[in-house]
Amino acid sequence: MNAIRPPSALREGALAFLARYDGLKARLPGDPALRAAAAELFRAGGLPGPREEAWRYTFLRPLVEQEFHEPLVPLADCGPLLARLPAIDAPRLVFVDGRYRGDLSVPPVQAMVTTGAPALGPLARPESEKMVALNTMLAEDGAEIAVPAGVDAGTLLLVSLGTDAHGRAVAFHPRHAVHLAAGARLTLIEICMGEGAYLHNPVLSATIEAGATLTHLRLQDEAKGAFHLSTVYADVAEGGTYDSFALNLGARLARMEVHARLAGPGAAAHLNAAQLLSGNQHGDFTTVVAHDAPNTQSRQTVKNVLTGNARGVFQGKIEVARAAQKTDGYQMNQALLLSPGAEINCKPQLEIYADDVKCSHGATVGELDAAQLFYLRSRGVPEAEARAILVRAFLSEALDPITHEAGRAALEQAVAAWWETQAA
Amino acid sequence: MLEIKGLTAEIDGKQILRGIDLVVPDGEVHAIMGPNGSGKSTLGYVLAGRDGYEVTGGTATFDGVDILAMEPEQRAAAGLFLAFQYPVELPGVNNANFLRTALNAIRRAHGEAELDAVQFLKLARAESKRLSMPEDTLKRNVNVGFSGGEKKRNEVLQMALLRPRIAILDETDSGLDIDALKIVADGVNALRGPAFSALVITHYQRLLDHIVPDRVHVLAGGRIIRSGGPELAHALEAEGYAAMVAEAA
Ligand SMILES: Nc1ncnc2c1ncn2[C@@H]1O[C@H](COP(=O)(O)OP(=O)(O)OP(=O)(O)O)[C@@H](O)[C@H]1O
Ligand SMILES: [Mg+2]
Repeated sequence: MNAIRPPSALREGALAFLARYDGLKARLPGDPALRAAAAELFRAGGLPGPREEAWRYTFLRPLVEQEFHEPLVPLADCGPLLARLPAIDAPRLVFVDGRYRGDLSVPPVQAMVTTGAPALGPLARPESEKMVALNTMLAEDGAEIAVPAGVDAGTLLLVSLGTDAHGRAVAFHPRHAVHLAAGARLTLIEICMGEGAYLHNPVLSATIEAGATLTHLRLQDEAKGAFHLSTVYADVAEGGTYDSFALNLGARLARMEVHARLAGPGAAAHLNAAQLLSGNQHGDFTTVVAHDAPNTQSRQTVKNVLTGNARGVFQGKIEVARAAQKTDGYQMNQALLLSPGAEINCKPQLEIYADDVKCSHGATVGELDAAQLFYLRSRGVPEAEARAILVRAFLSEALDPITHEAGRAALEQAVAAWWETQAA
Repeated sequence: MLEIKGLTAEIDGKQILRGIDLVVPDGEVHAIMGPNGSGKSTLGYVLAGRDGYEVTGGTATFDGVDILAMEPEQRAAAGLFLAFQYPVELPGVNNANFLRTALNAIRRAHGEAELDAVQFLKLARAESKRLSMPEDTLKRNVNVGFSGGEKKRNEVLQMALLRPRIAILDETDSGLDIDALKIVADGVNALRGPAFSALVITHYQRLLDHIVPDRVHVLAGGRIIRSGGPELAHALEAEGYAAMVAEAA
């Protein structure tokens, strides 16, 4: 049997990361055996490539063409970046180039936080997700966040800043874990920003016990020259909820991959997202929802607004196990193409092994509606403003369900700022 | 004063308007009647500046200014308003926000201060009450799920708020119940005055009982084939268009 060999560019890109691991491994914190196993997996499989079904539409060639260095001890003045953070009155954990910066952080009171080592968590699957293997091999730091049973821990910001202070691209692979004990609640607002070129490859695993609710609002607003390849695992027990919204608008190449497992009866996951992409950006939102228990519910409303020569990808897989009767799964992917050069690739996948389920999915692709545009303009609204109104309206089914006021305001602000840079 | 001379226009290469001549002086209300497909809505769209309607000849001026060269939003700022025959639904756009955005855009164009949310809501609530619109109309998405009559009333609400100098009402009466017809007519009549004029497109004499026009024009085959006083509408109601169209041919 011939082993499938990844294209040589991807193989070489993988070698650079492996060389880094070989040089660093003696100094890396955490369980060396776990890392060694991940390194073996990564050595055998390399970076994911277009020959794999899950990576057909997202090609990592630009990533391997970039040379990455080890982050230096961060001396960078993060003032300008911090000033761009949305004003949300909440405790925050700030990572700079993947390392926790206590001096910039305000730890929460109601949740317990540990930093200084990768928070490996129980859920990640380095054996099947190559970017997770890479993360496991090279993770240096991360936040472990735990909320005790029955506690409402309010809002917590998890901030990643990528710097380019030394003019050399860096790669960082933080590893976070969130644990909500039974009945606990937390709103985690994750914000990724930066400047220059870098690779941010975070993995976050969230364990949501019975009746607990994690609201996860994510703003991916990385620097124009950055790569963002993130993986989230959420495991939801009986009656628990993983309620998430991701805004994918930064980086030159971004993939936000989410694996949600509804493990107990009545568990629910909302994986809403919006991708706003322009120029030569490539954005990918990939989800896998596993309904493993009866009466579980999943909702995915994904909106894409693409201009220039941007490429958007949505892949959404819903797996319904034999035991998961009365599953209610809904998935909708819609794209607004604002220029002839923009492109969307959409791949819904349903794998259903139970017989009494309700699963629906749909996709639409279109342009701004000429009649709607004219209606607004005929009322005196200038064309640029009319277009902005219609784009915002298109996003509303994904944005409006966000009940966290400050979080929604921050996301709205990011959408408005994005639109202003398009109109300018 | 709206002055249209020899206006011809086509859609997708198909000629629809074949030379319209029409003058609506300030302070007057003119009605346009005519068979289905004769070009009434096309005239409204051409005047409002909709894409895809190509003017191939003639002129249209408002107070001597060529409106055909303007963008739709500039025509609105100049005081022109079109109440759509088929109002457009805007899912995801809140009606109050829509109305405020429109009003403020026009106020901005006039160099007037914008209204804040509180000032605007006070005004909008008063106007919508005057039009007997359901309480929640302002909170809903623009025209989404509105009944036919509610959509038409929402057009009149927009007109009332934007206070145009010339309003083109394209079958604003169709789909209205008898009480609503009266309310809408009152809305138009409330704006009547020396600085307001209107072009009322309708199929029914009934509306013209409430909004008594100064002139009535019959549009057929892309031309105005007959003009007269209010009595012309009564004659049409009795006789239909066939004879008149045959005579004009
Ligand atoms: N987009 C289009 N493409 C081709 N023909 C069109 C288009 N829009 C309108 N027309 C045609 O133009 C003609 C005039 O249409 P218009 O809507 O102006 O008529 P109308 O007088 O308003 O009719 P009604 O009383 O039914 O509202 C009709 O024959 C119509 O089919
Ligand atoms: Mg018509």
